[in-house]
This record gives sequence, structure tokens and C-alpha cells, in this order.
Amino acid sequence: MAGMARLPRIIAGIVAVALAVGAAAAFAIVWRPAIAAIEPPSPETFDPAVVKRGRELAALGNCNSCHTRRNGQDFAGGLPVPTPFGVVFSSNITPDPETGIGEWSEAAFGRAMRTGVNREGQHLYPTFPYDHFTNVTDKDDRALYAFLMTRPPVHAVARPNELVFPLDQRPIIAGWKLLFLRRDTFQPDPAKSAEWNRGAYLVDGLAHCGACHTPRNALGAERVSAQFAGGEADNWHAYALNDRAHAPVPWNAESLYAYLRHGWHPDHGTARGPMAEVVSNLSTVPDSDVRAIATYMADVSGAAKPERDRGSVLAQAEPAPAQGDPTGAAIYAAACASCHESGRPLPYGGVNLALSTAVASPDPRNLANLILAGVPAVAGERSPIMPGFAASMSDAQVASLLNYLRARFSKEQPWADVEKTVADARRTQTALLQTSTGPRNAPADPSQRDQP
Amino acid sequence: MMTLKVNGQENHIDADPDTPLLYVLRDDLKLNAAKFGCGLGQCGSCTVIVDGKAVLSCVTPLVLLEGKQVTTLEGLGTVSAPAPIQRAFMEEQAAQCGYCIAGMMMRAQALLLRNPKPTDAQIRAELQPNLCRCGTHMRILRAVHRAARLMDTADASVNERSGQ
Amino acid sequence: MNAPVILDRRRVLQGGGALIVSFSLGRAFAEEGAPAAAGPKRPGSLATAPYLDSWLRIDSDGRITAFTGKAELGQGFKTAFQQIAEQLDVPFKAIHVVTADTQLTANEGYTAGSHSMQDSGAAILNAAAQVRELLIAEAAKRLDLAGESLKTDNGAVAAPDGRRLTYGELVAADMLHVQAQPQSKLKDPATFKIIGHPVPRVDIPAKVTGGEAYVQDMRLPDMAHARVVRPPSYGAQLVECDSSAVEKLPGVVKIVRDGNFLAVVADKEFQAVKAMNTLAAAAKWKESPNLPKQNDLLNVLTSLPSQDSTILNRSDPSVSGQKTVEATYTRSYQSHGSIGPSCAVAHFVEGAMTVWTHTQGVYPDRQAIAEMLRMQPASVRLIHVEGSGCYGHNGADDVAADAALIARALPGRPVRVQWMREQEHAWEPFGPAMVTKLKASLDADGRIADWNFAVWSNTHSMRPGNAGTLLAAQHMAQAFAVPQPKPLPLPEGGGDRNAIPLYTFANARVVHHFIPAMPLRISAMRGLGAYHNVFSIESFMDELAGLADADPIEFRLRHLEDQRGRDVIEKAAQEFGWKRYQKPQAGRGYGFAFARYKNLAAYCAIASEVEVNRETGRAQLLRAVAAVDSGQVVNPDGLTNQIEGAIMQSMSWTLYESVSFDDTRITSIDWQTYPILRFDAVPDRINVHIINRPGQPFLGSGETGQGPAAASIANAIAHATGKRLRDLPLTRKRIKDAIDA
Repeated sequence: MAGMARLPRIIAGIVAVALAVGAAAAFAIVWRPAIAAIEPPSPETFDPAVVKRGRELAALGNCNSCHTRRNGQDFAGGLPVPTPFGVVFSSNITPDPETGIGEWSEAAFGRAMRTGVNREGQHLYPTFPYDHFTNVTDKDDRALYAFLMTRPPVHAVARPNELVFPLDQRPIIAGWKLLFLRRDTFQPDPAKSAEWNRGAYLVDGLAHCGACHTPRNALGAERVSAQFAGGEADNWHAYALNDRAHAPVPWNAESLYAYLRHGWHPDHGTARGPMAEVVSNLSTVPDSDVRAIATYMADVSGAAKPERDRGSVLAQAEPAPAQGDPTGAAIYAAACASCHESGRPLPYGGVNLALSTAVASPDPRNLANLILAGVPAVAGERSPIMPGFAASMSDAQVASLLNYLRARFSKEQPWADVEKTVADARRTQTALLQTSTGPRNAPADPSQRDQP
Repeated sequence: MMTLKVNGQENHIDADPDTPLLYVLRDDLKLNAAKFGCGLGQCGSCTVIVDGKAVLSCVTPLVLLEGKQVTTLEGLGTVSAPAPIQRAFMEEQAAQCGYCIAGMMMRAQALLLRNPKPTDAQIRAELQPNLCRCGTHMRILRAVHRAARLMDTADASVNERSGQ
Repeated sequence: MNAPVILDRRRVLQGGGALIVSFSLGRAFAEEGAPAAAGPKRPGSLATAPYLDSWLRIDSDGRITAFTGKAELGQGFKTAFQQIAEQLDVPFKAIHVVTADTQLTANEGYTAGSHSMQDSGAAILNAAAQVRELLIAEAAKRLDLAGESLKTDNGAVAAPDGRRLTYGELVAADMLHVQAQPQSKLKDPATFKIIGHPVPRVDIPAKVTGGEAYVQDMRLPDMAHARVVRPPSYGAQLVECDSSAVEKLPGVVKIVRDGNFLAVVADKEFQAVKAMNTLAAAAKWKESPNLPKQNDLLNVLTSLPSQDSTILNRSDPSVSGQKTVEATYTRSYQSHGSIGPSCAVAHFVEGAMTVWTHTQGVYPDRQAIAEMLRMQPASVRLIHVEGSGCYGHNGADDVAADAALIARALPGRPVRVQWMREQEHAWEPFGPAMVTKLKASLDADGRIADWNFAVWSNTHSMRPGNAGTLLAAQHMAQAFAVPQPKPLPLPEGGGDRNAIPLYTFANARVVHHFIPAMPLRISAMRGLGAYHNVFSIESFMDELAGLADADPIEFRLRHLEDQRGRDVIEKAAQEFGWKRYQKPQAGRGYGFAFARYKNLAAYCAIASEVEVNRETGRAQLLRAVAAVDSGQVVNPDGLTNQIEGAIMQSMSWTLYESVSFDDTRITSIDWQTYPILRFDAVPDRINVHIINRPGQPFLGSGETGQGPAAASIANAIAHATGKRLRDLPLTRKRIKDAIDA
């Protein structure tokens, strides 16, 4: 634990030295002019068709996921985003002139999206993923601007970030950008289809999938060489999407589409954690955009070798006798099997755990998070519910269950240090559940039932 | 055969380790308060307290309860000597059919143990897993607030008596 | 045990009171019907059960028992009836109320339609007043004084000279076995000390301390537990079921199979659940895809054959409209959604069947169960014991039949059956889907000149009486056919309940399209057709007010003559702080609605404030203010509780609820797939204002809030968004689609 706590300080030291050297010479890099404040434009001045497009783009960009906090008003910010360097609080992006972006011109908004600088000329922390948004076209930025400027203004002062020195000094971000910000990384590939290119544009741009699914280096930048190799999001493991994906049944364009559109797929289970918010947003965007994302991502993850289909995965799993931890076995039989072996189709029956990526994943965190917190109901909507077991199971009992599930339902090596993972998950999930907006699971369409 | 501690008493239970606590409470121990509502952890009617925390007894197998303390509504008080939360629900007339009420009370009790002065928003958030179909919600909220006040007064009088 | 004591009639009759002889043994007093004698109608259920001793019994020790054929469903009737007996001038605690029991109480049909106060309440009220008069007359005789000089007080008759005779001393053989008079000498409401006061409910202490309060809590000696394996869909046929593995499971006592009826009995409850799961896995069913399209109910309903009747036709050719609007409103099938799945206990001993049940009608359900078992009704006894709130005809009667059928196979041993969550959701009879089409014109003065209203609906009651209404009887090898549905007669009506507006229009036409075919299993749900009809009428009134550029409340009052209706409207408006053309803050809306339930029961007006999130479409009720007039109030807190509950429940129906199904199966089978309100949807406050009418008849109020709450919320959403939603439920997605359209 002590080592963990020291880590940011060590990093901070390195950063400080590195940047101090360059900083003096780099005033030109650091300094950005303010862009003149404007009178907040009246909502009527925006073309409704552009606003509508902006709404869809905001959903594709998952903006509300960070810029709205639990029980908070839409886009009014204030969500604490944990990073290895401290907590960054999301900003108010409603058109409130004092506390939001009401005084921002379209040019100021576009500059923020493309270079991570606010209207006043301050550098923004890269928790705002401008390293992806730099790929967003001017036209799309305009639509997003129109959408945000037509939201109800909310007067909400942003909480100051809680970052370690010297990272609380914004000019340092300029150094970070110098090192890591690549402009216009998306280039269309004429050899590929229009759909593929559309998908690539969204994935690498506004949808910023890599922000969670690509691992980051010590300075918090995505590792270009390990794109989609699996990353972090709010103390959840964001699964690898490249050819190292651990899904028992490999993904293809069809299953990805269904999963992203509806929030679940019978061969994979139901979106949970931060991904639930993503698919919840994706349920409101044009179908073609979801298809494009699925097409591109299916290509990124490549063909599975060896080919495994649902039938073969289940066939291998079914005859496996209950093995491993006897306590885990009893817990599974009593607390899990009634739903996960009910035979009821997804998303309302539990997934057969032999198909679960969470069980096959090298990182047990997601499974621990789920068992502890469960899946609460989405208010007033058909949505899967799973009771959480944080109150009824000790860390050791959850660990027993995790070990049992791993042994029984996957072909992978046992996880190490499971009880510590559970303890960490218990701590972080409790904090997270109190702040994030949810839904922590996605509304799902009950008409999509397997044939009787 | 395992030992299960319920409302301060040890019981020897002859049931499979995978038997949900709810059935043990109702069938073996003849306790009424915890109710079968869904058996799936979706409605909260079966809520009891285990080691101070609200737990859904319908999805809590016996195997998890070795060495733990289970409290049901019966363990809080009686009609003639009601616990603050029971008094509060009576005084607010916070029931219609009342089927969900025992679960509501136990979840609220667990909250009050942890947080003696919850805000209205905290009570609502806490009770989110529990369903009421009669629409008694406004009264339930009032009763939980009242219980918090009653417990506060009760604590104060206990402290006075013990000279603190 | 509180309620479910095995009271056989003989034991009751041996109760030691002077009145024993009045229950002459050869007489099935409870069923003794009204004599054919003509004359003025007796009040409430005295009309059909006129003998006073059907309603009240006085023991020699002064204990008083009131008998009601109605069931306590969580509305607080038991308490209210106990209060009503104040007419006898006895303390509240001196009265004990016995509820529906085919061997002890009058046949009052169903506890439904907000009738309990009007029927049973009025009967007990008048019986108590008349018994008091009989006791005074008896005392006058014994004391040799004039009756007028005597007073009653605290369970005794008192003379001016200080002599007192207690009721227990006074009551004598057959004294109360007399028929009630049409008129009673009722106490002056101004003297009431119990009636009209918020007496705490008698059932709540047990419910908040873990007492035995429900049929689910019954534990008879040697009782076994059973679970039913229901077919996966309507009409599914059991083609194969190898039960050998189930028979070997621990605790399994018996497997009961009769045609498509399949059940398992075990010693302990969880053993029965486990055995049910194993048995369900072994059962192979043949299903047929017979369900209509869930997302096309408008066309499904309006294209089914219907029997049409014009139930209102008023015309005044001198008045004609200028501006005309039309609108179509729909309602999905909705679930009662009891929190506790239905449950019953049955015991078959020496050819006699006893069933403890939370049915709303012990007599009709007995009739149906006796027919199913091919037994004489006299050999079947049904005793009402409270269950989880039902809000209409849920699985109560069906599970009572299940229990009876299983218990018959296990003579001598009591059997408790409780449904599983998915069984309750999939098999309960739903509140029927409905369609209404409205068309109206305004004259030059902004008044409605003509009004056209058409409603398409199934019946709203497939309650027992016939065995064919019971699932078990439908599933038996010698199956009983589902009886032909019948429309419920006006003035109360079923699908056309509240279809006739209370407003006065110069020209008005209301047509009821009764649809006999029932694609889904349906029956009575709180408010019946009134929920959708009031939603339609009151939404449309707002649409017309908009067309007339009038304030919605002023527009209603323009068309309403009924003074008590006007009073509740004005009261709700005033308490809400309603002002003409007031603008709420951005994203919010105000809504108003009014109805008199069935046009003959309680009046209710509801104003509400709703916030709509334009990004998500989520609607949140912030506050609601109701005004209600239910005549003489018996228990104001009980009435408030009912109206608060009605608003909350109707809000849940209105914003969230619809039964889902594919071509074969019901797919909304739990709280994941049939979401109802949770605490995050609870408003900041609900205020209920009662207009008490001392001395006026009781007006049923249990269902009066359902329609007005729905329309009030819909009108507030329209006010907040500028978009009119006409299809129930008004889900987040529908609201968002309307905003984005």
C-alpha cells in the first residue's frame, strides 16, 4: 500500500524535472491567448437540424458520462474522475456564462476540442480526451457546440481538482502535449469501405474508445504501440479489444453491433460498469454509426484463432464437474445458479458463466465489482437486475467464489491475490456508486428473446 | 447441521448449506417478518440485517452465515415494547397491505445504525432496492425520519440515565 | 395467530353468549337471502342480507362481533368497520370484526369497486343503529321506563335514575334475528367520537412487528408445502414429464398431475421449490404462437369483432361547433403486480375442504372451487385471510384452486401453496388493454358543442363464480371451459366505466365497443375502465382547453354543474396554488384532472407538478395535491393513505408499466421486465385534502384516484414539453421521442 501511495510522487518528480528543463524554452508552447468572451447566444439562433445532429454526436462521445454527476443536472459537471495523479473534477459544459461555457464562441469550443485549451487560454487536463477529439471534424464540432449551447444553463461552480504537485500546475500540461498529443491521427483508408472509415473516424475520434481500452504509460498517455490492448476505467478493467481479446466466443461485427446497440449479446453477456453508460448512449444514435463502429472494431480485433463458437464453449464447460473451492461452490449453487443456470435467455437470465469475459479475463476486478455491487435497476425501465453481495459476503467469501468461478468456467490460470482485489474493489466501488450518474447497466429490449 | 444465530439466539439448523436464509427463517424458525417476494433479489421484501448490514435473505445461502448475527424485525421489538422504528411506523400509519414493510423497516434500520441522521436523499437512495406496490412511499419516508428522531431521543435518555 | 384461526361454526356458536340461540343451528344464516317482500330498499348490503344478526353479535359478557362479507385488503376496512359500530355507543376496542368467511359472514360478493364502505359499511352502520334501538326497547321493558328517557353509553343502557343495564345483560334469544328496517335512527354526526377520527389501524401493529398477518404466514400442524409447475404459455400442452428424478428428491411427498396441471408437494418449503425446478426441467410442453402484436394494440383491439352499444346520446341541434379536434388514446395491458406472490392453504378432511385464501370473494370463489372439485358448495369453506395487496383480481383465486386441488390429493394434511414471482407475473389476469377515440368541437364561445367518445375494451371482470375462470380447472384433464365474457352493466360499467363524462355537453355520444375475444388473460384491476377513460377524457379536456385558449380548470368548471365536483376542483386548485396561465420554471409543467369514480362514488381532483428532463425524457412527479369528497368520512387518515397510494400507484402505471409478450409467451415475468416505481421516482410531497360531508352516505374511494392521477400527470408532461402523449404508459422513451420529433 505504501508503494502505491508513493508512486504518484515519484512520477511527479520525474515529470517536474523533465518539464522544468524544457519549460523555460517552451514559453511559446505553453502560452495560449484567451478568446474573447461572447454574449451567450440565444438557443433560437441554432439550426434545429444541427442541434439534433449534435445531440447524437454528444451521445457518441459519451459526454454525459463524465460531465454529469449522480443526481446532478445534465452536463453541469462535478463528477470526480480518479487518476493515478489525483482527482480531476469534470467541468460544467452547460451554457451558463459564469460557471459553464456560455461565453465561449464556436472558435473557443473548437480550440478546446482540437488542442485542449479553454477559452481563457488555460491548458486542460487530458482526462478530457482531446487527444482523440483532435480528430473530430469542424462540422461535427459545430454541431456539438450547437447542441451544448442550446441546453438549459446550470449555475454550478466546478470543484477544484485534487492533484499532486506539480501536476496541479496547468502549464505542465503543455509539456505533456508536446510529448504525447498527436494531431489528426485519423486518416481515411481508401482501401477500406466507407463504413469501415466511418467507424475508424468515430472510434479514434469522438467515441474515444482507446481512452479506456488502451493501456496508458506512466505519464497517463495512451501507449500507441499497445492500442486496444486493455485499459482502465473507473477501477474497472476495460477489456482488450485487439486480437488478445479474452472473450470465450470471439467477437464479430454482428455480435459487436448487437452488443453496442442493445447492451448485451447472448454469447457474451450484458454491458456493465462504465461500458453500460456507453451502450446506453449508443442506443440513441443512428443505427449506421453503431454498425460502422462494429465493422471497424471487428476488423481491429481480427479473426479468432482457433475459431470457437458458443456451442463448443458450452460443450466444453458443461461436463466439467464442480471443482475447486467448496465454499465457492456452495455460494455459486445458492446465490448465482438460480439466475445463471435458469436457462432464461439474456439479458434477464444470467449469462452462462462459461461465456463470460469477466471470468476469462486476466483481471478479476470486473467480476469482483459485479458481485459486490450487483446491477441495480434502471429507474422505470426494463433492465437486468442483479443483487449485490457486498453486505452478505466477506472478502474471503467473495474470493472463494471468484476462485471457484475461474476454476470451473474458464481454461485460464488461477488469479493471484484475489482477496486483495476484492478488498480494493469494495473500497473503490463504494465511492464510485455515490458519484457516477449511471445507468450502471443498459436498458434492454425484452422483445429480443430466444425462441421458446 | 449448522448453528445460526438469529435475534440473539443460537439455533441448530438442519438444512442444506445452499438453502436461502429466508426459508430457514420462515420454515424452520417460524418467523414471519421476512417475506418471499421474488426470490431473485429484485424487490427487498426479504430484507434482514446481518452483522449490521441490510441483506436480501432470499439470495443469501446458509453457508455465508456461519458465525454471523442475523436480526429480523421480530428481534427489534414487540407490539407492547416496540423498537423506535416500529413505533415510528405505527405512529405514521406507514403501511397499507404491509407486505413490503418489514423489509423496508430492516433496510431503514440498517441505515440508521450506520447513519443516525440521514438526509431525505440518503433515505431514498438507501431504500431504492425495496419495492412497495400500494404506494405508501411518502409515509415510509416520514416514518424513517421519525425513527431517526426517536432513536436520537432514546439514546439521549439512555445517556442521561447512565449519567453521561 | 391473529386472523387464521380455524373457527368452525359450532365453536363460534358455543361462544357462551346469550345470542347463541339466535344462530339457530338449522339455518345457514349467513346465506339467508332477502325475503321477496317489497318496500323501500334497505341500506347497503342489508338489502341482500337483512337479518341484523348477520352483521352483529353481542355476547353475554358484552363483547361485540361485527361480521362483514368484505375482505381486508390493506385498505383499513377492518378498522373502519370497527369505527362505524360507534352507532352502538360502545368503545372502539369493544368491537371485534370478523371478515369474509363462507361459514360466518354474509355473502357480499366481491370486495371490489370501492364498494366496501357503501355496502358493508352502510350495513354495519345501520345494523348497529337498529341494534341500539332494540337494546333500548328491551331495557325500557325491563326497567319499565319510556324508551325516550333512556340513553346508551359505553356498552350499556342508562336510565335517568342511574340504573344501568349492559348490552350483555340485555341481549336475549333471537333478539337480533330480525330483519332490518329501511330507515335507521342514526346518531347525530356532530356527536361522533370515533367515526370521522383518524383511529390507528388495527392491523398495523402485527405488520410492523412480525406478527402473523398474512395467509403467507399460516403454519398449520403437519402442513406441507406445494409448488405448481405452470405451462410456459397460454394453451401449452404437457406432452412429456418424467418425474422419477423428482420423486427421489429429499422431502418430496407427492407429485400431482392432472392433465396440464402439474404440482409437487414437499415437507419443507425450499424442498418444494427445488423439486419444482427439477420438475419444470423435466416437463416438455407443446406451445402455440397465439398472442397478438404487443406494439400494435391499437389495430389489434379495434379490428377484433365487437358488440357495440351507444351508452349516451344527447343532442341539441341548436348548438353546433366550429373548431373540431380528434385524438386516439391507448393503454397497454398492465399487471396488478402484488409484491407477495399469491398464496393459499387448503385442508381436505373427511370429504370437507377448507381453503384459507386472500380472494376478494369467498362465496363466488367457493362456488368455482366446488364446481372444479365436483363437490357440493356446502362441503367447501373459504376463509379470507389477508395477503399481499392485490388491487383487483390477481392470482388469489387461482392459487386457492391450486391449493384445493393439491390438498384433495393429500387428504388429512394441510397444504400451503405460494406462487413464484414469475408465475404471478405471467399468469395473473391483467388489466385489459384499451383504446379510446375522441372527437369534439368548440362553439364560438369556447364551449364544447359536441362530444364523441368511443371505447374499445374487453370485459373487466373474469372473476370466479364458474370453475372455468380458474387456471387449475382450465388445466385439468377434464378441463372446464373459460366462460363467455360479459360486459359489466352500467351505471358502474366495466370497459365503459366512467366513459360517460360528468360534464354537460349540448351534444354528446358515447359508444362502448365490447370485445368478447381475449387475446391475453384479463380481469379486474383497480379502477377497471375508469383508469383509461378518465385519462382520455381529462387529457382531451386539456387539449380542448388549449384550443379554446382557456385555463384548464376554468374550462372544466365551464362544463360542470355538479356542485360537489366543482368543490373538489376548486379545493385542489386552491391548495395547489393554481393560477391562470402561470408559467412554471423551465422543464416543468402543471397538470390538472378530475373525476367522480363511476359517476356515483367519491369525487377526486388532482393537481400535479412534473419535471421532464429533455435530454433523457425522464418525467418526475414533484408534487401532487388532491381534493377528495367521499361523503361522511370514517377514518380521514385511512382515506388519505388510500388517495396517496392511488396517486403513487397510478403514477407508476402511467409512466412505466406495460405487460410485454412475444407471439407465444408473456415476457414481463419479474421486476426486471415489469419495472414499477422505486424510491427515486417518489415526489417531494403529496397533499390530500378531504371535504368531509357529515351524515352523507359513504362514497367508495379506493379507486377514485387512479384516473385523475394519470391524466393530471399526462397534462403536466404536455405542459412541460409542449407535446401531448396519448399512449399509456408515458415512458421515458416515448417522451423523449416526442421531444425530439
